[in-house]
Amino acid sequence: MRRASWFNITSLTLGFAFLYLPMVLLVFYSFNSSKLVTVWAGFSTKWYGELIRNEAFLDAAVVTLKVAVISSTLATILGTMAAYVLVRGGKFMGRTLFSGMVYAPLVMPEVITGLSLLLLFIGIGLDRGVLTIVLAHTTFSMCYVSVVVSSRLVTFDRSLEEAALDLGCSPFDAFRLVTLPIIAPAVISGWLLAFTLSLDDLVIASFTTGPSSTTLPIKIWSAVRLGVSPEINALSTIMIGVVTVGVIAASLISKHRTVKAQHDLQAAERGTS
Amino acid sequence: MSQTNFSPWDDPNGKPLIRFDNVTKKFGEFVAIDDLTLDIYEREFFALLGPSGCGKTTMMRMLAGFEDPTSGKMELAGKNIAGIPPNKRAVNMMFQSYALFPHLTVWDNIAFGLRRGGASKQQIEKRVEEMLTLTRMTKFARRKPHQISGGQRQRVALARSLAKAPKLLLLDEPLGALDKKLRQDTQFELMDIQESTGTTFVIVTHDQEEAMTVASRVAVMDEGRIIQVATPDRIYEAPNSVYVADFIGDVNIIEGTVKPAGEDLYYIDWNPNQAPLLAASERPFSDGQTAHLAIRPEKITISAEQPVEAKNTAKGSVLDIAYLGNLSTYYVQLDGGQVVKAQTANTRRLSRRSITWEDKVWISWSATAGVLLDR
Amino acid sequence: MNIRRFILIAVPYAWLLALFFIPFFIVFKISLSDLALAIPPYSPTVKDGIFNMLSAFDFENFTFLASDDLYWKAYLSSLKIALISTIFAVIVGYPMAYGMARAPDEWRPTLMMLVILPFWTSFLIRVYAWVGILSNEGLLNQLLLWLGLIDAPLTIMNTTTAVYIGIVYTYLPFMILPIYAALDRLDESLIEAAEDLGCSRTKAFWLVTVPLSRNGIIAGCFLVFIPALGEFVIPSLLGGSGTLMIGKVLFEEFFNNRDWPVASAVAVVLLLILIVPITLFQRNQQRQAEADT
Repeated sequence: MRRASWFNITSLTLGFAFLYLPMVLLVFYSFNSSKLVTVWAGFSTKWYGELIRNEAFLDAAVVTLKVAVISSTLATILGTMAAYVLVRGGKFMGRTLFSGMVYAPLVMPEVITGLSLLLLFIGIGLDRGVLTIVLAHTTFSMCYVSVVVSSRLVTFDRSLEEAALDLGCSPFDAFRLVTLPIIAPAVISGWLLAFTLSLDDLVIASFTTGPSSTTLPIKIWSAVRLGVSPEINALSTIMIGVVTVGVIAASLISKHRTVKAQHDLQAAERGTS
Repeated sequence: MSQTNFSPWDDPNGKPLIRFDNVTKKFGEFVAIDDLTLDIYEREFFALLGPSGCGKTTMMRMLAGFEDPTSGKMELAGKNIAGIPPNKRAVNMMFQSYALFPHLTVWDNIAFGLRRGGASKQQIEKRVEEMLTLTRMTKFARRKPHQISGGQRQRVALARSLAKAPKLLLLDEPLGALDKKLRQDTQFELMDIQESTGTTFVIVTHDQEEAMTVASRVAVMDEGRIIQVATPDRIYEAPNSVYVADFIGDVNIIEGTVKPAGEDLYYIDWNPNQAPLLAASERPFSDGQTAHLAIRPEKITISAEQPVEAKNTAKGSVLDIAYLGNLSTYYVQLDGGQVVKAQTANTRRLSRRSITWEDKVWISWSATAGVLLDR
Repeated sequence: MNIRRFILIAVPYAWLLALFFIPFFIVFKISLSDLALAIPPYSPTVKDGIFNMLSAFDFENFTFLASDDLYWKAYLSSLKIALISTIFAVIVGYPMAYGMARAPDEWRPTLMMLVILPFWTSFLIRVYAWVGILSNEGLLNQLLLWLGLIDAPLTIMNTTTAVYIGIVYTYLPFMILPIYAALDRLDESLIEAAEDLGCSRTKAFWLVTVPLSRNGIIAGCFLVFIPALGEFVIPSLLGGSGTLMIGKVLFEEFFNNRDWPVASAVAVVLLLILIVPITLFQRNQQRQAEADT
């Protein structure tokens, strides 16, 4: 049995304080009634009201969500295909280039990805706007999706697909009826990852956006360059809140599933001895 | 064991269900199957036995359609099956890992293959119920694979692969994941199901006891070749090589030089300190040829005094005794250094037995107890 | 080859070729083109400008980069900042990963979630959170003044120190997770064996635990170092005008000076610098994968 030593407890406490205190303070000061964010002047929710009435932010939020939903869906489809090709595709011409292109965007600095895409869009004369951001986001987030999905596919028991073929499935049916339902959790987390990456992206969006389509991070960026503002604190609090609720709910669901599976297994072993 | 009169392989007019004709399979440079020819007959329970890497799994995967032979011909019921994809073959497979679809219930797992076949809803229902009854899984039809035990999963996998009534069922180490006790029970269950459905079974296993128990014929493989194909008793009593004798069960191998000693009888000079051994062999040997005498430990008698009537005797001392409960194995070091294993059934209680460590003993066996082998 | 397999391979392949490979090639080519041909964006002939740039060929931009010490300094200072931040991240991350690996089993999923949660939170917001803490009248200075530890506010905001803090803070989970994975796999009986053979606790830690978690530390270092090198948001927001980092220089070169060929050349050199740690990182991952099997 492991026991927590004082050293370990201290390092964990300090470490997590470092990770979480800035965000806690941010949330705390979003309820500050003073315009001066670092001076506490009493509880108030007025900045949330201001935020809701700020149409520029609302418009940006709509654009951001639209881009995120479309690009993460496209990225999930393309990324899952790419993962399947990498893990199960066998040999084909240009395989090395393909796997290089799948993994390179993960380590490519955002400024370079953004710059290169902008030059392409200008080169082919594509007007910059929602479409170009979607294309850019799909490209880099499909690589993340494909990493998530392929790590699941690698551990996937290949005999399940073989069993499906053996029982009369065509290769496509085997994927549709057996592989996809089993790897679905990985595909869903890939989608969520792509979605948050898109929501979060500032640099690539700055390069590929046009004047008519400002995303939320770009909006936040131009606001925070001028310093701390309570409105941004309120917006951050909402975003942090949504993520926290989502992640906690997801982990509770998965914990519940694991516990249930263990319970079922024990019941099964008992019932047959 | 197997039905007494069932031996289609001895019938010169018998038509095999499966025919391997000079089949070779290479993976790059590696030769997995080396020019192999083999017939398997309808209703057989055929076992492919060998150490891992001997090619037995490759043979099975070629039958299922997951691999194509590099050269040679493979026939199923008289038709060449090379190039036909697995989903178009009347062959089903039970996977070593069972490969039960984790997202489907037991019922849906069994129905999976039937649904691909385009059977009507009533037909599917009827067939699934039949399979559930056959494998005694009716109670668990609505459960998911992770909600049943290992032995139950094995039965579901069997039901699923039998549901389409294949001409041939392939079983890849079907009992490997079960513990020993359950494995023994399941072996008999498998044999019953094989007999009642009349399906041809080909089983791959590395467990010689399992192969001997279930199979009508056993093929012992090594390095992509079949060393011997025969009924379990022939494999055990009349192995055709030292490899087979050594692979199946426990055996003493004594190497020596042959000298003819009458019709089908030979002397073997094996140790200057010991008298030559006498062995009967239908296989002819020439004078001076090197040969190996294989004798099973249970065919060797151990005694404190020199036996008078035995054809072969040797003197030695007890080096070690392995007590196995029902049996005891004595490791006897002969004068001259060689260690021979002799086995006796423990029909008496321990305290009454007379031989113990360091005792001088005699071992003996008859001329027909061993098999004389040239390789 | 059947048609389905062809589509399966061709669609993602074509996408990546069109939107990753070709743009990258354009950057490479423009970096070799003449400054004079560069035309500012939004001009009607911008499209022709790109093609002009694509057809030209000289090394002028690279010799320009080499001669102007702004770029040299920016690359060197990026390397320095990334390196120092990585070292700090090990110092902060290792004890946390160690504490997690030694925590009771029932705590671990929660601790794990606490490390991963910041991943899902907006990067920009997490960096922004430090602005209110580090500024001259910020919360940290208020606290230190109140405690009487300092008499006048410290200047942290808009210095390299703020950038270090920002990088360590945002990339800390990347450091913790691989080290935790390595420590978690470590068989505790090894430490008991070391103690049994006469090591003290501390000695067992340095002689057994640290060497066996080496691959995790190396992986974590690369995962912090590589993105930190090309970082733009953190130095722009926390580092102020005094902090030189190459990602920031590239951004400014492009948007403020509109000098595309030089921006492209900056990008190409940055990539060349990145190839070294990326290759080393992949080798480390491969070695680890081989050790696992």
